[in-house]
Amino acid sequence: MTKKLTVSPSPHVRSSETTTGIMLDVIISLVPAFVMSVVYFGTKALALTAVTVSTAVLAEYLSRKAMKRPGTLGDLSAVVTGLILALNLPSTLPLWMAAVGSVIAIVVVKQMFGGLGQNFVNPAMTARIILMVSFPTAMAKWVSPFTSGWAADAVTTATPMASLAAAKGGDLSLTQNLPSLTQMLIGNHGGSMGEVCSLALLAGALYLLLRRVISPAIPFSFIGTVAVCMLIAGKGNLQFLAYEILGGGLLLGAFFMATDYATSPINLKGRIIFGIGCGLITSVIRIFGSLPEGVSFSIILMNILVPHIEHLTRAKPFGFVEEKKEKQEKEAAKA
Amino acid sequence: MAEKKSLGKEFTKGILAENPTLRLVLGTCPTLATTTSVQSALGMGLAASIVLVCSNVVISALRKVIPDKVRIPAYVVVIASFVTIVQMLVKAFAPELDEQLGVYLPLIVVNCIILGRAEAFASKNPVLASAVDGLGMGVGFTAALFLMGSVREILGAGSFLGLSIPFLSQNPMLVFILPPGGFFVFGILMAVVNRIAENRGKPRAELRGCEACPMAATCKLNSKENCEENSSSVEDSKEAVI
Repeated sequence: MTKKLTVSPSPHVRSSETTTGIMLDVIISLVPAFVMSVVYFGTKALALTAVTVSTAVLAEYLSRKAMKRPGTLGDLSAVVTGLILALNLPSTLPLWMAAVGSVIAIVVVKQMFGGLGQNFVNPAMTARIILMVSFPTAMAKWVSPFTSGWAADAVTTATPMASLAAAKGGDLSLTQNLPSLTQMLIGNHGGSMGEVCSLALLAGALYLLLRRVISPAIPFSFIGTVAVCMLIAGKGNLQFLAYEILGGGLLLGAFFMATDYATSPINLKGRIIFGIGCGLITSVIRIFGSLPEGVSFSIILMNILVPHIEHLTRAKPFGFVEEKKEKQEKEAAKA
Repeated sequence: MAEKKSLGKEFTKGILAENPTLRLVLGTCPTLATTTSVQSALGMGLAASIVLVCSNVVISALRKVIPDKVRIPAYVVVIASFVTIVQMLVKAFAPELDEQLGVYLPLIVVNCIILGRAEAFASKNPVLASAVDGLGMGVGFTAALFLMGSVREILGAGSFLGLSIPFLSQNPMLVFILPPGGFFVFGILMAVVNRIAENRGKPRAELRGCEACPMAATCKLNSKENCEENSSSVEDSKEAVI
């Protein structure tokens, strides 16, 4: 009889949502971007993704085992981390470097802080930054789509972001080798494996939004802030604005990485502050920084600020009266 | 006055059980800054060890002369004299090392390990024990720096003591010789050493009572009842852990 009664703390709302289900949704939403990366960068993209995902899963299994904690392979979070990491890398990266990135993401960033939900920065994003700082040349070797992995000779190319850095004050005539906007949409230009095809990313993002896996607050405030900043920086040049939004890792970062549950604020106000902060930092790095792209750094920096944002935007209990004001009033009355 | 302890124990405690950087987390600034290569790590470790042993000896010898209320300035004067001597020697005989260590060499004056040992050990123990304590702590500090320097130089520069290692020297992970890499290595090394020490039954080092507090002499709580236990333990002069 007693066994039939389960007493648990509130809330007593039941939901069919599970971690595995959410992770599966994220994987599904990343499939279009992944497929397009294989189309553009060929077998190398496939091999790189296989390496990051398998290393991430293996690292998760081994680190949980070493720490004598229950295995967590079933929640698919390691697969998601591996997949997102792969989409953030240039297709030419040596496979062992990608494996190092996966190990850093899972072991150092995630498991050492307690596993899923305990990490304070996005694992894949941090791994990308560590790889970028460690191997600057290998991490900035971009190739044109259809040339590497398909043909024997890969043609190296600049990313649209690197070309755009020359467009001071939004003057696009100053840039060289800038692809057309249609090509930016379908992804026929150099860049990280997953960031090139904007349409595939948007399709995935739409799926996540419709499934209510992510809330629109962060990505929209993020992209919106970048848009406003770029409109000012480009002196109202809409074409420049479109390039800035479609280029680089903005869409990938805003929809798939800034929205990571463990590393973003919980309530709406906090999420909007988080998104605006990401957008501002990204814009500042893109306009004034020596690096052409700043999405990854902006997300990491705002991840670190999340506890403070949460503290400032804590929800007030219903009927709560601010104590400070009362005290101040009393003191004023006394005086 | 001092609880008789074998000198061997005073020496070995600094290496693992109370390793100043990895267990007591003292002197982290020079640890992170000078471990970008094995050579500068060893140089820093040795310089700090020499100062540590000498200042421990002098402070222990003067422990009954130095007035309690101005002891910290007195310690700093003693330590600064030895640092000046070491700095002049390094400048004269190893100018390269002086350039590598830069400002961190004169900064040994305010190194927490040296001041910490002076306060916690040398000021309460006889000369010989203080010298051995300083030597043990110095060896522990140097060993920790050597370990960190090795990991960072091998992975971050692909070399060991300047000798290049095949494969790694072509693909160095630059992050390891940058500050963030220093923190990674420091954290992981600390976890490993804590694990080893705990497996040997050494409890985690922690602040214990007024004994370890630099404000103990002027502290108001010191006169209150709840602090009496601790203030009596100062008399016993159990080894203080900062």
